[in-house]
Amino acid sequence: MTDTKKTTRQVNVTSKTSVSVLFAGDSGDGMQLTGTQFANTVAVHGTELNTFPNFPSEIRAPAGTIAGVSGFQLQFSSKPVYTPGARFDVMVAMNSAALKANLKNLHRGGIIIAGTEGFDEKNLKLAGYPEGANPLHDGSLDNYIVFPVPILQLTREALKESGLSSKEVDRCKNMFVLGLLYWLYTLPLEGTMETLYAKFQKNVWMAEANIRAMKAGYFFGDETELFANLGRFDISPHKQHGIYRRVTGNEACAIALTAASKKAGLELFLGSYPITPATEILQTLAKKKKYGVKTFQAEDEIAGIVSSIGAAYGGALAATNTSGPGLALKTEALGLAVILEIPLVIINVQRGGPSTGLPTKPEQSDLFMAMYGRHGEAPLPVIAACSPVDCFYATYEAARIAIEHMTPVICLSDGYLALSSEPWEVESPENLAEIKPRFQPAREASAPPYLPYKRDERQVRSWAIPGTKGLEHRIGGLEKQNETGNVSHDPENHELMTKLRAEKIDLIAESIPLQSIDNGQLKGDLLVLGWGSTYGAIKTAVEQAIEQGLSVAHAHLRYIHPFPKNLKEILGNYKQVMIPELNNGQLVHIIRDTFLIAPVSLTKVQGVPFNEMEILTKITDLLKELKS
Amino acid sequence: MTDNDTTIKVLPVLTAKDFASDQEAKWCPGCGDHSVLQQLKQLLPELGIAPENIVVVSGIGCSSRLPYYLATYGVHGIHGRALPMATGLKIARPDLSVWVGTGDGDALSIGGNHFIHTLRRNPDLNILLFNNEIYGLTKGQYSPTSKIGLRTVTSPSGVIDHPFNTAALTIGSGGTFFARAFDRDGKFLRSIMMRAALHRGTSLVEIYQNCPIFNNAAFEAYATPDKKADNTIYVEHEKPLVFGKGKNRGIMLDGFTPIVVDLDKEEFSTSDLWIHNERDINKASILARFADDDSLPRPFGVFYAEERVTYEDALAAQIKEAQKNGCWTLEELLKGENSYEIK
Repeated sequence: MTDTKKTTRQVNVTSKTSVSVLFAGDSGDGMQLTGTQFANTVAVHGTELNTFPNFPSEIRAPAGTIAGVSGFQLQFSSKPVYTPGARFDVMVAMNSAALKANLKNLHRGGIIIAGTEGFDEKNLKLAGYPEGANPLHDGSLDNYIVFPVPILQLTREALKESGLSSKEVDRCKNMFVLGLLYWLYTLPLEGTMETLYAKFQKNVWMAEANIRAMKAGYFFGDETELFANLGRFDISPHKQHGIYRRVTGNEACAIALTAASKKAGLELFLGSYPITPATEILQTLAKKKKYGVKTFQAEDEIAGIVSSIGAAYGGALAATNTSGPGLALKTEALGLAVILEIPLVIINVQRGGPSTGLPTKPEQSDLFMAMYGRHGEAPLPVIAACSPVDCFYATYEAARIAIEHMTPVICLSDGYLALSSEPWEVESPENLAEIKPRFQPAREASAPPYLPYKRDERQVRSWAIPGTKGLEHRIGGLEKQNETGNVSHDPENHELMTKLRAEKIDLIAESIPLQSIDNGQLKGDLLVLGWGSTYGAIKTAVEQAIEQGLSVAHAHLRYIHPFPKNLKEILGNYKQVMIPELNNGQLVHIIRDTFLIAPVSLTKVQGVPFNEMEILTKITDLLKELKS
Repeated sequence: MTDNDTTIKVLPVLTAKDFASDQEAKWCPGCGDHSVLQQLKQLLPELGIAPENIVVVSGIGCSSRLPYYLATYGVHGIHGRALPMATGLKIARPDLSVWVGTGDGDALSIGGNHFIHTLRRNPDLNILLFNNEIYGLTKGQYSPTSKIGLRTVTSPSGVIDHPFNTAALTIGSGGTFFARAFDRDGKFLRSIMMRAALHRGTSLVEIYQNCPIFNNAAFEAYATPDKKADNTIYVEHEKPLVFGKGKNRGIMLDGFTPIVVDLDKEEFSTSDLWIHNERDINKASILARFADDDSLPRPFGVFYAEERVTYEDALAAQIKEAQKNGCWTLEELLKGENSYEIK
């Protein structure tokens, strides 16, 4: 809070650096749409932004219950933000279940805008409040600033002459909330108005009704005395001028696969089976036919990957996307891709497991499966994305490695990155790394026979695709003779081929960037080593620790197999290494196993991302221990 | 055969020898698989497709060794998954002639799900299903086509699983082509494989194939000269269903029920008989059920052939439509449709 200024209406406008807002309501209340619209508006405004939707795994859990609460959280700021906020400053609670489910994550002193109709006797009972208790009246929210607003009633009044059915009118209540929040944060309505007109092109009256509800919310803020003391807020823009787009992690994966195919001059084929939270990758690519993308919704996860192997054999950039249970089903085929030595990208959007587990919640518990989840000796590269925008770069890199090193590559995302979004300054094609497929040229009949498993200095074989004259050859899942690729059960040959396949993967370390330190000194007391979606929370926590003068640094792994060549050296530059993970401690095993060091593990297996405070507390505690 | 111009160029005359790989076939002596391989090697030069434009895909099992013995491109995949592999390849490369070698275990047991879905999608694949009613490679366990009562190492008291009827399963799955052939009748087998090759869509050829080691003589009733005439019927499009040693027996339809009639008796002539029509799915469905009725001869030939758009063609048409105003560039992809400018 830096300075205040007055509007003509004598309402204070306070400048703030960052605000985290949660829109929460019943899954039928339209909170995802409200949050998305709000995010679009702040993005266009030029503030930094990070969003995260949180919804139940059932399409329609019983209305009014805790299980049916759907939320959309976002943080917007005039400085870079890496998370949707550990806790929120403002919570919109459309009903009592939404309040109850989320109150623990609201800052003390935070603002609650409560839709009073959602706090009637029936809703309070459904949310599990004891009979007679109403948090809006019983003093239990005294530590917060509560604004009870009859959202439904005000929406109905605003739309009473709209000609809409009462059901349609009630559905506009989320627009009232949106308008009120726009007023509170001095944001313009025009962007959403344009979106609504575009969305309801054929039903202009629907657009107009939604806009009327939104304006009613905006003017309610302006006219009521309710917010007189609180005033309004302004978060100034931060982004440099340029062209931006807002992407979720899943969208970024889909764009990256298409971009990699264009850059490599290949056709893109995605063989896939719908699974939460990875499905949007298939959905996004199904809409990219104008780029020549071929998507195939297979009958199951196995057919998803096997069809991709077929397409890769035919010379396409082939990919499959899935989540934990699907990756489990794909493991046999992954072994085939390893022994065939063909390029394939597998995007695994991790969710809570085992089994069906927590389908809509993020977890990082498939690392072991990605690393080791195949029978036989079947190493393959594993890389991880660390932010929604980074899903683009990680997936693109997975495609590059797959094509240039003739191997399946697993790219790890998770349910948090998949659905979170942030602004992305539009990338230009020339900034993307070149991708060069190594197609074997046709062979004259007089030339020596083609050897499908002859390797180059990186132990990479060439890609001989059907249709190329003179290269007719047979390959398969049976062990092959070195170079000729003919079936071989020779004991020494099997050992040789096993070593060659492993060496090929190890040699990828020669061509990937060295590990860098994201933040902090190159030597010091503590290194926080992360991977994947914990980036934002670690980044924020380490920033704060450094501000406090602590000797701590942050390194974040893109490449988990093989590791960057200098990782050992980096780990040796700190007295202690701490590894936060959303699992029961998997990377810590791999680091211990590879480097024979004893890192400290910080784990969280609750289906929710780390809160930066949890990491900061651990940093502080560890450094205290180190000093004593 | 394919849309690719390169396959229509004048090719050097190839023979069966040109399609033989340098690998020796490792099937047991007397195995019916040798016969199928032999006929395929004879057939491939007749197709006029260059060897580099042919891919043979397989799963796991004795039959799935097929690709190793042909001098085309070939992939030997994993158990049950030949069909999705072939489908992905065909979608990515519609210009190729894609063949699948599979067996009753590979296609109908572990790969059963892929089998039904591939058939309904109708990619242009030629599937050779070697049906020996037994698991050969794993040494003699019963398969999903083994007859009730068959005693094997895993059914010492006799099989109690009701077997699949491959023809009915194919037609029921929305398949566009079903034919049955026999390893012992090489010339006929080759003619059926040619029909499969010419059919645009998924062609399913069920080949009764004898396993001399674990299920010998499973198809003896259709093989030995004395039994063959009365136990088999070779169906031909627009021809009456006639069989028997002296072509003196026929099939007539009584409502939906097929009955065997004796043409030597005066009340029936060939004009009373069922005239085979490959395009009639209802008749094909009745024909498919002959295998469940021992009083009826076992049909061989093309049961059903329907012209329907292939999966890869339908997808290509959608892509063409999406690109009718030109292909989109990488720059447009990266910019997206909802980008905004911050000034």
